[in-house]
Amino acid sequence: MNIITIEHISKIYQVGSEEVRALSDVSLNINKNEYVAIMGPSGSGKSTLMNMLGCLDTPSGGIYDFKGKNVSLMDDNQLATIRNKEIGFVFQTFNLLPRSDALHNVELPLIYAGVPTAERRDRAREALISVGLEDRITHRPNELSGGQRQRVAVARALVTNPSIILADEPTGNLDSKTGEDIMSLFNIIYEKGNTIILVTHEEYIANHAARVIRLKDGFVEKDYQVSDRYVPVNNNSSL
Amino acid sequence: MLRLILIDILEGTKISLKSLTENKIRSVLTTLGIIIGIVAVTTMSTAIVGLENSFTESISRLGNDVLFIDKFEWFNTTDFREARNRKDIDLDQFEKLKKSFSQKAYFSPLKRTFGRTVKYKSKSVTAGMILGTSNYYEKTSSSIPEKGRYFTEMEYEANRNVCVIGKDIASGLFDKDDPLNKHIKLNNTKVEVIGVLEKQGGGLFGGNTLDGQIILPLRVYEKITGDKKGYMRIDVKLNDIRQVEDAKAEIRYLMRLIRKVPLDQPDDFAINQQEMFRRMYDQTIGVVATAGIVITALSLFVGAIGIMNIMFVSVTERTREIGIRKAIGAKRWTILIQFLIEAAILCLLGGSIGILISFPLSLVINQFLPTAMPLNIVLLSLSVSALVGIVSGMLPAIKASKMDPVEALRYE
Ligand SMILES: Nc1ncnc2c1ncn2[C@@H]1O[C@H](COP(=O)(O)OP(=O)(O)OP(=O)(O)O)[C@@H](O)[C@H]1O
Ligand SMILES: [Mg+2]
Repeated sequence: MNIITIEHISKIYQVGSEEVRALSDVSLNINKNEYVAIMGPSGSGKSTLMNMLGCLDTPSGGIYDFKGKNVSLMDDNQLATIRNKEIGFVFQTFNLLPRSDALHNVELPLIYAGVPTAERRDRAREALISVGLEDRITHRPNELSGGQRQRVAVARALVTNPSIILADEPTGNLDSKTGEDIMSLFNIIYEKGNTIILVTHEEYIANHAARVIRLKDGFVEKDYQVSDRYVPVNNNSSL
Repeated sequence: MLRLILIDILEGTKISLKSLTENKIRSVLTTLGIIIGIVAVTTMSTAIVGLENSFTESISRLGNDVLFIDKFEWFNTTDFREARNRKDIDLDQFEKLKKSFSQKAYFSPLKRTFGRTVKYKSKSVTAGMILGTSNYYEKTSSSIPEKGRYFTEMEYEANRNVCVIGKDIASGLFDKDDPLNKHIKLNNTKVEVIGVLEKQGGGLFGGNTLDGQIILPLRVYEKITGDKKGYMRIDVKLNDIRQVEDAKAEIRYLMRLIRKVPLDQPDDFAINQQEMFRRMYDQTIGVVATAGIVITALSLFVGAIGIMNIMFVSVTERTREIGIRKAIGAKRWTILIQFLIEAAILCLLGGSIGILISFPLSLVINQFLPTAMPLNIVLLSLSVSALVGIVSGMLPAIKASKMDPVEALRYE
């Protein structure tokens, strides 16, 4: 099943009088339960593409179709709804609310979705348990290790049962051991039928994925299958 | 939809409380303008209520159905020096007026001196005011003896040495003893106390003087004080308040006749009324209230700018937080509401502190003027504070709500 289709997407930033082409003519399909790694040198447009796919940003040209809806035409609030319901973000810098505990951080997307208090508590707690943080539920980010923070972020991304999980260098701020732990977590999530796109510089991280998209100067340089892991699963898309 | 808004408001309140408690000192300092504004408006209105109470209490003693015929205008529209040179009203004019007036009414003449010493045995006090009048003063002044009685018409006609005294004189000379039928000494003349007035209390004008007064039959007064020729006033209590304009016209006509004022000359007397106090008072209060409103408005304005400033700071400081919230699905108005609530709570905090400060102040004012902090002013102040918060938080909140999530997330 097709989740994302982008055709001839471009993103142009105006810096003073100069035009920066962060993306040019990118076309992609992402299907359900794919595991995609986006790679490429620094400045090649990986984050720009991720922000676009995550509806944080809109393209300068081209068509973006998310589950049959034309994202290019959406306004701010519609984009917010898509981000809230369909997309789970994991960032390199965790991006947790520093003053809120783990539970509240994970609850946040459900608050914006209007889920009743009791239900969202339960779901947030479950999500934290599923990433192995059952004994860190009331800890604030500054009381957690980097790996634990990223787990909270993963729980937050999963709690709404999104159609797709986007992770921009999720292990970039972690040592390799902790990075591997997070990657095993992604493996489990993937095996449960989720769709994952992650950006990375590291080949060994990319090796977890089934498909690699290589960007260069805003173009898709290569887009290839690296393993036969890609097994579409039709049922059970949640954890 | 409504539920989503409620959730946003609830969540916004929680976030705001969290952020405000984390910046306690900054929050309080920021609201200084609001605090001052609220203290100004609540204290001012407490004082105005006090003035009003006090005024009403004082003025009710005058009675609005009483006319005071005086050579002076109480609120001088005429030149005071000119008025001073007018000839005094005298008992002869009083009798003529009383006889000629067609409506049913009580008339009393009134003469007075201030600051005489009265003695009883070894004790002596200074009388605030000594009045010479007739038995009808009881009616025209509506001051009722608490003990004993007023002098009668017979006692007045017979120039008996009797008096009615104010509460302070009674306690000053007799302490706890019964003053009735005792003889006090005024200028070495013995006068029998036959009545004690009820307490008049501290009014705006002369409440204390009233409690320190001694009321004598007119000619007894003249004999004791030697004040035979001087200033006299005629108090007229009308039977029917609806006839007050007719009465004034008639009295004016009669007084002009009696005082032989030539046709081409203006009145050389005035007919005063309690109403004039009211008018003067309203003007004064109007000035006080306007000043209060200006001060309040100014400090609220300054306060609002302070709030706006700190809200811009807060929005900038929390750019990243805004980015995170937007990334995971916060809509524009969710962010907007969050910052509006924060500004409103900040101002409500200021308003509450203001009220906490002005409450003891109102108790202090109550020592001088009978008053209490008006509840509607308290509620109004709090609503105004919240409103100021929302208005001054609007621009920063809009700025926050329009932030681009990608830029906000990149913000260091
Ligand atoms: N807001 C912006 N304004 C101007 N130029 C931008 C902006 N954001 C990105 N760019 C430019 O777009 C290009 C792609 O940036 P992007 O962040 O997508 O790179 P990246 O592949 O994620 O790099 P890295 O591996 O270092 O994270 C870069 O040349 C960058 O300078
Ligand atoms: Mg990047």
